[in-house]
Parts: sequence; C-alpha cells; structure tokens
Amino acid sequence: METAVFIVCAAIVLAGALGVVLARNPVHAALSLVGTLFGMAVLFLNLEAHFLAAVQIIVYAGAIVVLFLFVIMLLGVDRLEDLSVEPITGQRTLAALVGLGTFGLAVAFILSSDIGAVGHIQVLTLDITDQYSNLRQIADVLFTDYVYAFEATAALLTISVVGAVVMSRRMARSDEAQESAGDD
Amino acid sequence: MTAALGPSVFGLDPLYDGGVGLAEVLITLLKVGVAFAVLLVAVMLMIWFERKLISDMQNRIGPNLAGPFGIFQTLADGIKLFFKEDLIPEQSDRLVFKLAPYLSLVPAFLVFAVVPVGGDFSGGNGGISLFGHETFLQVSDPPVGILLVLAMSSVAVYGVMLAGWSSGSKYPLLASVRASAQMVSYEAALGLSLAAVLLKSGSLSTNQIVAEQSVWNWNLWVTWVVPMVIFLIAATAELNRPPFDLVEAEQELVGGFHTEYSSIRFALFYLAEFMNTITMSAIVVTLFLGGPNGPDFTTVGWLSGLLWFFIKLMLFLFSFVWLRATLPRFRYDQLMDLGWKLLIPLSLGWLLVLASYDVAGDRGWNRAAAVIVMLAIMAALAGLLALALRAARQRRELDPQGGFA
Repeated sequence: METAVFIVCAAIVLAGALGVVLARNPVHAALSLVGTLFGMAVLFLNLEAHFLAAVQIIVYAGAIVVLFLFVIMLLGVDRLEDLSVEPITGQRTLAALVGLGTFGLAVAFILSSDIGAVGHIQVLTLDITDQYSNLRQIADVLFTDYVYAFEATAALLTISVVGAVVMSRRMARSDEAQESAGDD
Repeated sequence: MTAALGPSVFGLDPLYDGGVGLAEVLITLLKVGVAFAVLLVAVMLMIWFERKLISDMQNRIGPNLAGPFGIFQTLADGIKLFFKEDLIPEQSDRLVFKLAPYLSLVPAFLVFAVVPVGGDFSGGNGGISLFGHETFLQVSDPPVGILLVLAMSSVAVYGVMLAGWSSGSKYPLLASVRASAQMVSYEAALGLSLAAVLLKSGSLSTNQIVAEQSVWNWNLWVTWVVPMVIFLIAATAELNRPPFDLVEAEQELVGGFHTEYSSIRFALFYLAEFMNTITMSAIVVTLFLGGPNGPDFTTVGWLSGLLWFFIKLMLFLFSFVWLRATLPRFRYDQLMDLGWKLLIPLSLGWLLVLASYDVAGDRGWNRAAAVIVMLAIMAALAGLLALALRAARQRRELDPQGGFA
C-alpha cells in the first residue's frame, strides 16, 4: 500500500517538476509546481508526517506559489518565452552540468547509506513516537532544544521584511517633502 | 482521551481501529456519498433561502413560481445554465480556463469532510453506531483536521486567481488580483484567531475540539468572544461575501473574476461560492459554538446533535444574508486597513493574553493579575502602533507622491 502510494506520488512529483522546467508559459510552470508540492504533501502523509503535509500545502502551495503567480501576473511576463536565444553564454551547459552533478550526489548518497528510500520513518534525526501527535512532538523539540535557532529565524524573517519595506520606498523624495511642508 | 495514532493515515475515527475491511470501506463510501448529496441539496436550498430572505428584507416577493414558495427556482436555474452555450473567449488560456472552476469547487467540498455534524459528545467521544460499527458523524477526522480547512481555503485562491487570469480580459484580471490579495490577507487573521481555539482545545482534530467543548464549555466564552468576532469577519472576507464583495463590484469590474464564464462553468463558481458559505458557517459552529453540543431534548440519542448543529448553522447562514442586506461594500483601502492594521494585531495580542492566563494557571500565579498586566502591555503596544500609523498617515498627506515606488 505504502509503496503503491509512493510510486503514484513520485510520478506526480516528477511530472510536475518536468512541467516547471519545460512549460513555456510561466503560469503553466507555476501550476506544475503546485502539482509537485501536492505530490510531496501526500508523500509526507505516507510517512505519517501529517503536520508537515498540511503545512506544505498551506505555506508552499497556499502562499509562496500564489505570490509567484501574483508577480507573474502583475509584471505581465505571462507570455510565451523565446527560447532560441541564450541570455548568458554557456548558461545551459553549466546548468546541465550542475544538475547532473547534484543528481549524481543524491544517487551516491542513497546507494552508499543503508537507509531505504521508501517506508522508513527512522530516516529523520529523531524517532517519531506514536504516543503524541506530530504537532506536539515538533513543538516539544522546537521550543526546547532549538528555541534559540527558532527565535533567530523569526528575527531574521522580521529583519528581511523590514528591509524589503525600507528598500522599496523612494528615499529621494524626502527633502522635497520637507520643502513642501515648509511652504504650508 | 489519547487516541492511538498508530499506522493509520485515515484519521482518528474509531471505525478504522480494528483494521480496514470491506464493511469499513462501504461505510466510508456511504458517508462520502451522503455528505456529497447533502451538501449539493443544501446549496440548492441555501440559494433559495438567500433569495427569498433578501427579497423579504427588501419588501419584494422574490422567486415564487417554481414549486411551492419557489423552492425549485435553483433547480430550474441550474437546468437552464446547463443547457446554455458554453463560451470560451478567443484570448483565453483554454486549459487553465477549463481547470479554474474545478479548483474552486473541489476545496469547497473537501472542507466539509472534517466537520462533525452530529453525535453525542456529552458522555463520550461523539461516536455513533452505524451498522454495528462505531464511527464519527463526519467523513474523516484527520489528526490535522483544522489545518485542512486552512489548506483548502488557501487552495481556493487558485480558482479565483486563475479564472481571472485565463480569461484573457482586463476586468476579470483586475478582479482576480483584488480577490486573491484579499483572500491571502485575511487568511492570516483567520489562522491567528483559530490559534486561540487550538490553544484552549490542545488538539487539531475537529472531533476532539468539539469534544473539549462538551456540553456548555463552548469556545465562544472559553476564548472570551474576541477570536470568534475576528474569525467571523475574516471568514466573511475569505468568502468574498458582502460587505467584502469587492471581487464582484459590478460598478467597477463588470461581473468580477467570472465575467467571461458562462453556462455550466459559471454554475460551478456559483455552486462553490454558496458551498463555501455553508462550510465556513459549519466551521464556525464547530470551532466556537460547540458543534453538535447541546442539551438532549429528544429521546433518540443521535438526533439531538444533528438538530443542534442545524440550528446553529442556520443562525450563521441567516446572519450572512442579513449582512448582505444591511451593509454597504467596503472600499479597497478600508478592507486592507481592517485586515492588516486591526484584525491581525488584535488576534495576535489576544492569543498572548489567553496564553498568559494559561501560563499563570500552570505556575500558580494570580491569573487575574497576569491577564491585567498582559492587557496593559498589549494596550501600550497598540498605542505605539496607532502612533506609528498616525505618523505614517501625516507623512503621506504631506507628500502624496512619496512612499512606495
């Protein structure tokens, strides 16, 4: 049963990933990404990581890809791409090399380690116990052992949001504003 | 009650405790079928109810020809829509244009699966006996139940967004950008007000949330009213219902994101919209009003839960129609101000106040003192926020062209 679910979901994930790369329309590519994310959510469910599965959909499919689509629609880049010209010379060869290298590393890792890819929950750094729910186990670890890392991440996100707001403001107008304020 | 999680990915329903055989599969299929049919009929009646009620409020008769009191009007409309010509605009993205209505409809159906519509929670866990098997009166009770609601409401954004974009027309596009910005913004307030409930219930499973509220321990007063008010406002915005129906502002946007849709595809959007109203009301009942909890006034054990659920559901459905008849539409900037500057800080602050009450109880501190101190801190922060907003507004008035590039 688990293996059957894994095979179906893996096919969906791979098809979505191929769609992201091969679709000529950016909106179709973004939609393929949603397909991939859903496939991964079901894979998480298959590993009994219910909370991760839900968060995967809420955060990635529900927020991040929606933002991608927003940018695509607002910037008006939702047209077919012209693939005949390479924007940076040698880009495609390099991309192919890096892709193959990463794939090779992943395969080497799986072959060299003694963990199976399917059906083993113990791959995680901590064992999942059946006693408490996913959420409680994650919260226990997050708010005890890793609380500083957690707080630091939160601070980092806040800083980046503030930074984005500051950078997107037009600062050059501030002295003009003072002048017009003096006129009143 | 510590339900054994075990290897089940099917949820916490006692139906699957003894393994999954043919009987379990059949019962599950029956529940799915009944939920599907009930939801469709409920939508039909809801559309009729809304039209009839709003015409009463506006001093007119409303639909009165099809069947007694016009009750078959929706059916007639549905048949008419089904036989109309299905137009696909020349400029549209055909694949996405056809996909979008289903992306709206499917999440609307799925949310209802986690709503416990009945069962006796006064003594036990709300399980009822169906053909000799104990089961919950809900299609599924996943361990992350209430997160499924959030997930589906965030997936529903896609339907609206892609419908507008794929139409290849400017007004639908504008409407869909507006709609998705609105839905994404209010999802934050929705999630934060929900966190207050989760803090008190200590579980994500909808069945256990309802069981915690048995019989009079409703979250409405357990979380001190404010989260429910925030949740209701955010839910109304999430549903794109009046007074937050900027998505369908006819004066500005023709018909909204579904302007280019006709025939059965339009009917699917319409169906999804009303179905979302029903499921969201059901979620509010589940989270804050104790779901099927209530004093047992019938002799049959399971009937009372269903009746209570129905009564509470009708209360919210009536209120949604009432809001539509009463309130004028918000302006876009008012909508964003309300969401980001009021609801989100308020729900976050309220969550902290509730948490301080709980922590004080655990540590043996004076609970009232802890809450008063926390409220004072929150008031100070709110004052700072108000000052910052005022300063920003004054700067904007001085320099109307400044601000964001």
